[in-house]
Amino acid sequence: MIKAIVNISLKAGVLDSQGKAVHHALDSLHFSNVEDVRVGKQIILKLDTDDKDVAMKDVTKMCEELLANTVIEDYEIELV
Amino acid sequence: MKVTILQFPGTNCEYDTQHAFEELGATTEILWHKSETIPEDTNLLVVAGGFSYGDYLRSGAIAKFSPVMKAVTTYAKNGGKVLGICNGFQVLTEAGLLPGALKRNESLHFISKHHNLKVINNDNIFLEKLDNGSVVNIPIAHHDGNYFIDADGLKELEANNQILLKYTDENGEIKNPNGSVESIAGVCNKEKNVFGLMPHPERAMESLLGSDDGVAMLQGFFK
Repeated sequence: MIKAIVNISLKAGVLDSQGKAVHHALDSLHFSNVEDVRVGKQIILKLDTDDKDVAMKDVTKMCEELLANTVIEDYEIELV
Repeated sequence: MKVTILQFPGTNCEYDTQHAFEELGATTEILWHKSETIPEDTNLLVVAGGFSYGDYLRSGAIAKFSPVMKAVTTYAKNGGKVLGICNGFQVLTEAGLLPGALKRNESLHFISKHHNLKVINNDNIFLEKLDNGSVVNIPIAHHDGNYFIDADGLKELEANNQILLKYTDENGEIKNPNGSVESIAGVCNKEKNVFGLMPHPERAMESLLGSDDGVAMLQGFFK
């Protein structure tokens, strides 16, 4: 079994309103050394395969078709 | 005039839409998303508003894989007229039938209020009964209405007259409620047979209820 961790975030250049709001809240709590905040989501998949190439290929397809909206989002896949 | 209205789990504007089009004289049919075909006598297909699949993952992201969506894509590619309102707009962008994407409102708040919109391009069936530059008052009710398209995509929209409506004040000056690129409230495809907008024209059918500016918009589809 392979576990795939997919991290999805808004592309650089696409305004991240949630990140901005969290940054503002951190400022209010006097965490003044925060330069930037991006809020994303993480999707964890358990795959019924031991072949990392197959897993990477499948999860990439899942990201392109459903998990991410590539008009506004980037994704990163980590296999463990 | 036969209007077919799509219904997914979580759709909640199908009956308002049905009422609006029937008031204008259309016959209507509400079509459950499991259908793999579109009724042959359909003149207009409406993807109604609501929260299909609870907006899980992203608004419209799951609905695009419903059985009916293959038929919707074929219908659109063959020149059939499709109108997506609010969540319907989100579904059509997710399905790739309209350009761009809808993000969370910049304020992060759900916005529900009447808003003024300026007609930008009326060289299409949807807005041909309205003048370019005229202002209509239509309710908006959304959390994810922040329209995004990249710079190249925006140029293409402008070059092909695909921008339908922009959020403005009552004088037609830009007033952006949700952070949309160029204050865009609605767009169509290049072929001008697929339309999407976040505001709800079907909720603006009676002046007694605040506005009847939606009538002229929906009437555009009647030939």
